[in-house]
Amino acid sequence: MSGPSTYVPKSETAKWFDDRLPIARLVHDSFVVFPTPRNLNYMWTFGGILTFCLVAQIATGVVLAMHYVPNELMAFDSVQHIKRDVNYGWLIQPMHAVGASMFFVAVYLHIFRGLYYGSYKAPREVLWILGVFIFLAMMATGFLGYTLPWGQMSFWGATVITNLFSSIPIVGSSIVTWLWGGFSVGNPTLNRFFSLHYLLPFVIFGLVILHVWALHVAGQNNPTGLDIKQPSDSVPMAPYAISKDVFAMFVFLLPFAYFVFFMPDWLGHADNYIEANPLSTPPHIVPEWYFLPFYAILRAITFDIGPIPAKLGGVIAMVSAIVVLIFIPWLDTSRIRSCKYRPIFKWCFWGFVFTCLALGYLGAMPAEPPYVGWAQFFTLCYFAFFLVAMPIVGIIETPDRLPRSITESVLGKNPSGGGGGMPSGAAAGPEKR
Amino acid sequence: MTTEVDDTHRRDFLVLAGNAFAAVGGAAVLWPFIQQMNPDASALALASVEVDLTPVKLGQAITVMWRGKPVFIRNRTPDEIKQAQDVKLDDLRDQHAENDALPESARAADADRVKAGKENWLVLVGVCTHLGCIPKGQSIGDARGDFGGWFCPCHGSHYDTSGRIRKGPAPKNLEVPQYAFLSDSKIKIG
Repeated sequence: MSGPSTYVPKSETAKWFDDRLPIARLVHDSFVVFPTPRNLNYMWTFGGILTFCLVAQIATGVVLAMHYVPNELMAFDSVQHIKRDVNYGWLIQPMHAVGASMFFVAVYLHIFRGLYYGSYKAPREVLWILGVFIFLAMMATGFLGYTLPWGQMSFWGATVITNLFSSIPIVGSSIVTWLWGGFSVGNPTLNRFFSLHYLLPFVIFGLVILHVWALHVAGQNNPTGLDIKQPSDSVPMAPYAISKDVFAMFVFLLPFAYFVFFMPDWLGHADNYIEANPLSTPPHIVPEWYFLPFYAILRAITFDIGPIPAKLGGVIAMVSAIVVLIFIPWLDTSRIRSCKYRPIFKWCFWGFVFTCLALGYLGAMPAEPPYVGWAQFFTLCYFAFFLVAMPIVGIIETPDRLPRSITESVLGKNPSGGGGGMPSGAAAGPEKR
Repeated sequence: MTTEVDDTHRRDFLVLAGNAFAAVGGAAVLWPFIQQMNPDASALALASVEVDLTPVKLGQAITVMWRGKPVFIRNRTPDEIKQAQDVKLDDLRDQHAENDALPESARAADADRVKAGKENWLVLVGVCTHLGCIPKGQSIGDARGDFGGWFCPCHGSHYDTSGRIRKGPAPKNLEVPQYAFLSDSKIKIG
């Protein structure tokens, strides 16, 4: 935040209300005049897209919950009932299912943006950590939601993932029984998963509010990684960043709509159209695509590590793969934020992207040679990015020369354009700089 | 070159057109979310029931479920029919037919409570028009009230052999639902 509020109520009523609950002031300060770096690219639009996805999932989810039955005898049929009988159920159910996948597409792009441009570095550490918590909550929500249709994948995915907790020494199997509410995944499990699936998105909503608040304290990062130092470095959020966000949202909605209307089940698994059968395990149990990299890491630990059995080792590796994200602000030793100016780390980053894609592919493959060997290799690469590249490269690399300011990075060192003097509240005159 | 006035007009048009499209788009997005709460195809499928009347002998009555409510179907004896036809309209508390197949203004003569040529068949929604209890009179041994039709045990409403309110707190005659004879022995209600 830069400076005191500039909000001026426009009517007597507005002033009256502002004295009692200054919400218009808050919206004005945070989302209208808020100084936004002038050089943001489209990788910065995913925050807005993610908020849209959250609202869309909640809206479609609440509506689906009016017709879904969380009982093992009726769950599968109730989903068919929604698709076939409920007015516009054929539209709302795929919106929710595809929406979950699109939510994860957006969150991964959002996270990779943060990694590339150093958005996790001081003073945005708490912002980043809140993001990791949101990611964890999203994964839990997605997992719980996937069990609800009570297809074969729903049931067996639930069985596999809840069984992971049995690897915890001493208390493991009690925890699993407690999670199940029985001796196996069954009706008590389904019922409580429905309750938690309804709850968690609102927890996410609260975390998002904290996340946006933390963002507004430091202000957005930008492709150069430089701070806003002068008025010409920024533009007011409205209309510039808002309109960019809205445009990006429309572009995002295109593949979203394409999936919803033309191939709603493509991202899912055909086996989930078979009703859950506790007596028959499908030949290939795979989670939804957005969990595949972590699934690959889980299955990569096929050997005991000292006193730790392989099963527990896999669980620890999988959990660590997410928990390590929390420590990134302290693992990366570079004083340069943006990979734009980090010639060596930039390649480590792209190697990491390739690693994640490879792990995703391997997670969908059977847990057999040669896939297991490759999964082990790429798991090493994954952790090496955080535990080796981040600490070391920051120290040994010579960064490229940074521009002197955001304005210079946009306008160049051209004396007629660069430097300062353009008030950040400049109205939209065409082509005026 | 365009003048400033032209630019202003163009901008106004763009803003107005944009807002109009956004409003239409918003309504289009909102509509499915509202419509999904209306009765779905499975509820609408149960909006009609077909009833086979062959097991219902003269003097007998059956109760069927229709849209979640009980429907009384009675095969009236000639005595019951005559008793209903002899009632003077002015003696009735509710002189309207309360027949969904007829306009609101139709009167409560027995002929308007049944179908022509099928006067022995009386089809009524079995919900007391007072506060919603199910009147007695369907089973053998049930109290039929002072007028030989039905008697509501909750607050003592008496209905006659045409299902019309005669005594007690109920304000209206028992409702005659929409129904049609598919054949001499089968009706479709709703």
